[in-house]
Amino acid sequence: MENLINLEKKINSELTTKINSSKIKHDQIYLLIDSDDIIDVILFLKTNTNTKFRQLIDITAVDFPEKEQRFKIVYLLLSHEFNTRVLIEFNISEGEKIPSLTKIFPSANWMEREVFDMYGIDFKDHPDMRRILTDYGFEGHPLRKDFPITGHNEVRYSEETKKVIYEPVKLEQNYRNFDYESPWEGTKYIKNQTKE
Amino acid sequence: MAKQTKTLNLNFGPQHPAAHGVLRLILELDGEVVEKADPHIGLLHRGTEKLIENKTYAQAVPYFDRLDYVAPMNQEHAFALAIEKILKIEVPIRAQFIRVMFCEIGRILSHILNITTQALDVGALTPSLWGFEERETLMTFYERVSGSRLHANYFRAGGVHQDMPRGLDADIFDFTKKFPKIIDDLESLLTENRIFKQRNVDIGVVSKQDALNYSFSGVMLRGSNVPWDLRKSQPYDCYDQMDFKIPVGKNGDCYDRYLCRVEEMRESVKIINQCLQKMPKGPIKSTDGKISPPAKKELKESMEALIHHFKLFTEGYRVEKDEIYTAVEAPKGEFGVYLISDGSSKPYKCKIRAPGFSHLQAMDYLIKGHMLADVPAVLGSLDIVFGEIDR
Repeated sequence: MENLINLEKKINSELTTKINSSKIKHDQIYLLIDSDDIIDVILFLKTNTNTKFRQLIDITAVDFPEKEQRFKIVYLLLSHEFNTRVLIEFNISEGEKIPSLTKIFPSANWMEREVFDMYGIDFKDHPDMRRILTDYGFEGHPLRKDFPITGHNEVRYSEETKKVIYEPVKLEQNYRNFDYESPWEGTKYIKNQTKE
Repeated sequence: MAKQTKTLNLNFGPQHPAAHGVLRLILELDGEVVEKADPHIGLLHRGTEKLIENKTYAQAVPYFDRLDYVAPMNQEHAFALAIEKILKIEVPIRAQFIRVMFCEIGRILSHILNITTQALDVGALTPSLWGFEERETLMTFYERVSGSRLHANYFRAGGVHQDMPRGLDADIFDFTKKFPKIIDDLESLLTENRIFKQRNVDIGVVSKQDALNYSFSGVMLRGSNVPWDLRKSQPYDCYDQMDFKIPVGKNGDCYDRYLCRVEEMRESVKIINQCLQKMPKGPIKSTDGKISPPAKKELKESMEALIHHFKLFTEGYRVEKDEIYTAVEAPKGEFGVYLISDGSSKPYKCKIRAPGFSHLQAMDYLIKGHMLADVPAVLGSLDIVFGEIDR
C-alpha cells in the first residue's frame, strides 16, 4: 500500500500538468487525464524507470448517453517490476477522435479496433481501422446503450434464393425486461403507463 | 531480367480442424513461405458483454462458462472476485479451497486439451486419445459438484453454490495419485519425439521484449522466460498458502511452451493435493443473507429466509457504485473482468479481458517467414479458444 502511495506521488509530481486527478482504490491507481495527453502519459509510464508499466492489458470504453461527454475511455496498464496496475481514464464526446497507441504498444491495434467496433469511436493514425468482432457489413455499434439488445437484423438460410439472407428481427415474443428494483412504488413501465 | 513473383492468397478456415474453432485466417503466401497473416475473428461473437449488462449479477455467471469453455470455472472466479472486492465480502475458508482446487482442475482440463491437440495438429493421434480419457474423469468431478460437465455455474460472489458431495474428495485424491503417471506417459510419446521436436523447436519464437509489447500473458509469457504468474505475484483466495513452482521456458518457441504446460499440470496436481489436505470443514458461502440465498429447508420455517430468497431471485443483490479491474491466472493467461457497477442489481458495464485475444493478434508477427505447415503448430501453441476471443 505504501509503495502505491509513493508511486502515485511520483507520477503526480512528474506529470503535474497532465493529470487532473488521481486516487488509489482496490490496490490500483486511477488517473484522470485529458484526451490530448494520452500519448505523453502512456509513454512516460512505459519508459520511466520508476514506473515501468510495460504491459498494456486492455483498452475499453464506457457509454454514458446522458452526459455531454458521452464516452469514457479506459486504459489498463500493468507493471511487472512494481507489481502494480494503473487505470488511465478520460472522457470524450461523440465524434471526437483519439490518438492511437499502436506505435507504443503493437497490441493496441486490435483493442482499438474493438472499441471502434463496439462504440464507434475513431482513432487517429491507426494503421488498419476495420470492424473486428461483428459481421461483415454490420451497421451500428452494439455496446452503445441505445443499441437494442435484440439487434436489428437476423440471418437465415433461404430455400428460395439458396443463400443466406438478412432480414429485420422478428420475435415471437418481445424481449421482456422485468424491473424488480422498486416493488413498493410500482415498476417503471407501470408508472409510465399511468402517467399517460 | 528480374523474375516476377506473385503472392498467393489462401483462406484458412473458418471451417478447418486445425483452426481450433471458427478462425478465418487469410494467408499471403510466397511459395510455401507465409508473408502475411490476417486473422478474421468474431464468427462466434455472441455479445456476452451486452447480455451481461441486461442481467443481474447472479444471472451473469453462466455467461462466463461459455467464454473459455475448456476451463469454465476459472472465468467465473474472476467475476466472483470482482463482486466480492466491491462488496467487501469475506469468503469462508472452505469455499476458497474448493474454488482453488476446481480452478486447478480447470487448468489441467485446459492443458490436456491444448497439449494433445497441438500434438494432433503436428501428426500425433495417440496423445489425444489418452488425454481425453483423463479429461472425462475431471469433467465428472465438475458434474458431481455442480451438476454439469462443462457449463458449471458453480462459483458465486461469496463462495460456491453448494458443498462437495460425499466421497468426491477421496475420488479426487485418487486421481492425483494416478495422474502424474499419465503425464509421464504423454511425455514419453512427445517430449523426446523426433517428429514432434522437428515441428516445434525454434518455431514461433517470441523474444522477452516482444512478449511484453504484445500483451502476452500466461504460458505465452512464461515460455519466453518471464517469470510472471498472478497466482504468485497477486495471490487471490488461498493461493498464498499453496506451495508450488512457476515453470518458465528459455527460448520462447512452441516446444518450450509445451514443456511449460506439462510442468504446470504437475504443479496443479500438487496444489489440488494440498487443497484436499488443508481443506477445513465449515460454510461454503457467505453467511450474509443479503448476498447468499438461504438453504432450502429454511424456506418452510423462516419468514426472513423466504423474503431473502424472493428478493435474491427476482431483483438480485445490489452492488454499490464502483469501478474495478480484477484478474486471475486462467490456464491461457491473464483473464480479467473490468466491472462498473452503478448501485443497481445489474452491472453497468462488464468488459472481459480474454488472454487469447492478444495472443491471436500476434499471429502475423509469429508466423511471418515461416512455412505454411508451421501455421497449425503455432496456432496450437497459442492455445486459443474462440469462446473467449469472440465473446
